[in-house]
Amino acid sequence: MHEIQTAGILDFGSLERFFQRVLPDSLDRFAFFIAAFTLAFIVINVMVQTTAVYTWFERRVLGRFQGRLGPNRWGPFGMLQPIADLIKLMTKEDMVPKIADRWSFNLAPIILVFPTLLVVAVIPFGPDSFLGRLNIGILFVLGVTSVNTIAIFMAGWGSANKYAMLGAMRGVAMLVSYEVPMALGVVGVLILSGSLAMSDIVIQQNVPFLIVQPLGFLIFIAAASAEMSRTPFDQIEAESELGSGYNTEYSSMKFGMLFLGEFMAPLVTGMIVTTLFLSGTRGFDPIPGQVWFVGKTFAVVFALLWVRATWPRLRVDQIMAFAWKGLFGMALVNIFLIAVEVAVFQDDAGKISTNSLWIMSAINWAIAIGVIVAVANILGQPNLERPTPVPSPLANMYAEAD
Amino acid sequence: MGPTMIGQGTEASLLVDIVFWVLAVSAIVSAFAVVQIRDLFRAALFLIMTLLSIAGMFILLRAEFLAAVQVLIYVGAISVLIIFAILMTGDVEEGSPSHSMRIPVAILSTLFGALAIFVSVSTDWNLLEPAIAAGQVSADAVEGVYSNTIPVIAKLLIRDFVLVFEIASVLLLAAVIGALALIREG
Repeated sequence: MHEIQTAGILDFGSLERFFQRVLPDSLDRFAFFIAAFTLAFIVINVMVQTTAVYTWFERRVLGRFQGRLGPNRWGPFGMLQPIADLIKLMTKEDMVPKIADRWSFNLAPIILVFPTLLVVAVIPFGPDSFLGRLNIGILFVLGVTSVNTIAIFMAGWGSANKYAMLGAMRGVAMLVSYEVPMALGVVGVLILSGSLAMSDIVIQQNVPFLIVQPLGFLIFIAAASAEMSRTPFDQIEAESELGSGYNTEYSSMKFGMLFLGEFMAPLVTGMIVTTLFLSGTRGFDPIPGQVWFVGKTFAVVFALLWVRATWPRLRVDQIMAFAWKGLFGMALVNIFLIAVEVAVFQDDAGKISTNSLWIMSAINWAIAIGVIVAVANILGQPNLERPTPVPSPLANMYAEAD
Repeated sequence: MGPTMIGQGTEASLLVDIVFWVLAVSAIVSAFAVVQIRDLFRAALFLIMTLLSIAGMFILLRAEFLAAVQVLIYVGAISVLIIFAILMTGDVEEGSPSHSMRIPVAILSTLFGALAIFVSVSTDWNLLEPAIAAGQVSADAVEGVYSNTIPVIAKLLIRDFVLVFEIASVLLLAAVIGALALIREG
């Protein structure tokens, strides 16, 4: 069990060597560029098309959760629906509000999508990622995804629309707040694995970190679903309150780009969670690592979808309180706990044996349950007194008139 | 010109040169735009552009950790706070009008820029490549540091300069408490 898969993947180094062999010697210096563009082309196309399929998946599953059918008209099980959507989006008129800040308005969709695509470059689909071993791995992911905030600000401000602006303001306040517990939730993983590189984190997971530190996992996944602004946290585009939030004024393919960014985010989050907490490409032998990776990613995505379909939207103040009073404190507890345990359990060479990891898991699960119950009791209001309903003086107006 | 990577051939240094000049021009042009543009929101966006270019410079210098922290903190957090502050001002689109101090300030900042360029050109920098060529530092040791800078930075921050590090956190804590006190009074 847990053999490290050594099947090679298409990475940048091997692509560059391939093009150096194929090209004549005088053109060798262009191998770098050709390899870079080829890789970018492959990554972008695979991600965009997977996202298209994922929109169908999400809508079908949501339909199932809500007791309806979802898209089922075009193709088997409605699988061609994304193509129909795309054609619809492309043939729509591209409108820009007259008083919009055109530069911000037009650039925002691009800036929203590209960080999400960049993250894919450092995720280890095989023994290493497309770019090889990047030693700042997870910090790169956190840094690059924080650029999203600016894009949402640009979209909201550029639209010159009150609802868009309100949605963007709410969203940005939320994103900035949730970046803190997200980063702190990762720190537990970093302490345990002793490295920031994504591939090292996978190698260190003799026991998946989901089992070793459940608290860190829950914090990360809550913060990540806030960063994606999906339903318990979808303040950015609360449809019932804000029209459609920051994307109110967008139409045609610019809306398509925003939509793409929004639906690519759960996939990328699934990949990151798989790498950090579910031991990435590792599994048992007859099944190759890449298949494990995709399977785990879809399990995480499905769990996120389940949360989205089940919980109602929270109020703004509840969301902020949850980030700063709940997740922040829990993350600090998690970091302290993991740090103490690593100091106790590591041997002279700084390694932690698999048996110690299992002991840590047992302790951490007990403490995680305790902490969650405590936070729920402090933040929640179990003894909230509801006012007794007073009948309206107008309620029986007509009855008395009779 | 431009920084070159240690242990790379001429083709890599050509590429590094191209990237260096793109980043340098983008950093300076957008820094200039920050002070010249009237629309405060766009000025803030150009400030973000400058910060991103500087992050690119850090990557060229093989300080990936600094680059990631630069993007995470300056682009992801500080600039968002700057934009929030800007949106509180009354007139965002015409918020940065010209004023009578324009020319004196331009002269002063040109002089300051000239001074900075003069100092950086005339300083006898303790460069790594000549040191390696002269055999004072081994290339392997340098490569060892560059291949993973995080443990080196961590040792400096948490072991050698731990007092400075802690004082900085106390300062930040004081700022947070001060902000809370201000809110309470209002």
